[in-house]
Amino acid sequence: MFRVFWTVLKRDLTLAMRRRTDVLTTLFFFMIVVSLFPLGVGTERKVLMTLGPGVVWVAALLASMLALERLFAADYEDGTLEQMLLTAQPLSLLVLAKVAAHWLLTGLPLVLIAPLVGMQYHLSDTAIGIMMLSLLLGTPVLSLIGAIGAALTLGLRGGGILLSLLILPLYIPVLVYGSGAVQVSDIAITDTQPYLTLLGAFLMMAAIFAPVAASAALRISLE
Amino acid sequence: MALNWFKFASPASFYPIAGRLIPIFWVLTVALLAVGLYWGFFETADQLGGGNPQKEYYRIIFIHVPAAWMSMWLYVVLVGWAAIGLVFNTRLSFMMANAVAPTGAIFTFLALWTGAFWGRPSWGTYWDWDPRLTSELALFFLYIGYIALHSAIDDTRRADRAAALLAIVGLIMVPLIFWSINCPDPNQCAALHQRSNLMHIEGNILFSMLIMTLAFWMYSFATSFMRLRSIILTREADSSWVQDILTQEDRA
Repeated sequence: MFRVFWTVLKRDLTLAMRRRTDVLTTLFFFMIVVSLFPLGVGTERKVLMTLGPGVVWVAALLASMLALERLFAADYEDGTLEQMLLTAQPLSLLVLAKVAAHWLLTGLPLVLIAPLVGMQYHLSDTAIGIMMLSLLLGTPVLSLIGAIGAALTLGLRGGGILLSLLILPLYIPVLVYGSGAVQVSDIAITDTQPYLTLLGAFLMMAAIFAPVAASAALRISLE
Repeated sequence: MALNWFKFASPASFYPIAGRLIPIFWVLTVALLAVGLYWGFFETADQLGGGNPQKEYYRIIFIHVPAAWMSMWLYVVLVGWAAIGLVFNTRLSFMMANAVAPTGAIFTFLALWTGAFWGRPSWGTYWDWDPRLTSELALFFLYIGYIALHSAIDDTRRADRAAALLAIVGLIMVPLIFWSINCPDPNQCAALHQRSNLMHIEGNILFSMLIMTLAFWMYSFATSFMRLRSIILTREADSSWVQDILTQEDRA
């Protein structure tokens, strides 16, 4: 069973590496959105420090949501997805592998670029560390929940904008605790523990339930 | 006597029943509205004292609270029918879920709107990022998402099932969303909205509020059934019994 997971993961990563620009587009979208905010609200140091955590998290939300459309689209168009539905392997495992690959390509880069973005907003070192940690725990949840939406809107016209309508309300808890953790990290580092624990709990719940829901959605979309 | 529930699960047999029930629900709606509004306007105090003194404008409560209650209840109803549809594969359940959604969305909007007008005189602002306001807004987005997904898919069967799954996922997320908004800082929790307790409400106000809730409930039945009948006619347009009805109505 683990081999199936591994094979799908490796396949998706290889495919993505053949079209590197797709991966980079998400990353640059994230950076551009984050860089636009200071131009809009002014570059005052204090304002930026308050806005920073929220802006970074909202930008991460949007970036990972925009990338979601590609999660199943290519496999859907060339028929691979139908073959996956027909295999004897549990579909939720395949979905989990695809989501994992998707996160490695779109979520992880955001985590790694976060320190750079944090500096743009004059965040302290501890805040940047907590931000990386919260993104590390939170972005996989975004990919997992988003997979349900991506599966539901598969092949629909205007799928992207529809996807955002369906998925963004469901992202609220991750946003609240993700950016909350960064905000309190400046007051007391120990206060961040409940935030991070909750994000971890979300991650575990999403990892268990989201692939099941997403594969049910895929079956509905492809029947 | 064993009642065969599945008999009513057929659109053909439920269509006439809904038709007969609609006038009853309308009469109930109007009667309850009349009683509730009369009681609310003339049998309640003009001023409220206590910790948060309120003038005449507190009477928005008779629309605001029932609308907010119905908005939440109707989402549960919607998900209930959607789940029944997914489990038993009954077409009528999906149609029912579909028919309830717009009414629920309207009540959510009404609760937000009346809340804004109540907030202006009593809090001094139309909008505040108070937990209950924000979670009601999130609920509104969930309704809109359901309606949008359903109308974006042309194939009815896929639309029904996809939207049903979304509604169920939404219901599972609702406690999480509400709780995260209610308690943005897990180290401490606070809220602007007064803690409400039905036992502490003055008798006349409570009576009028409950009557108004019942009125809204009956209104939901009436509008959902009307919408349900149109949905049935649209979807079953090719079947012979719909043709029969249409020719009958043409003659009459």
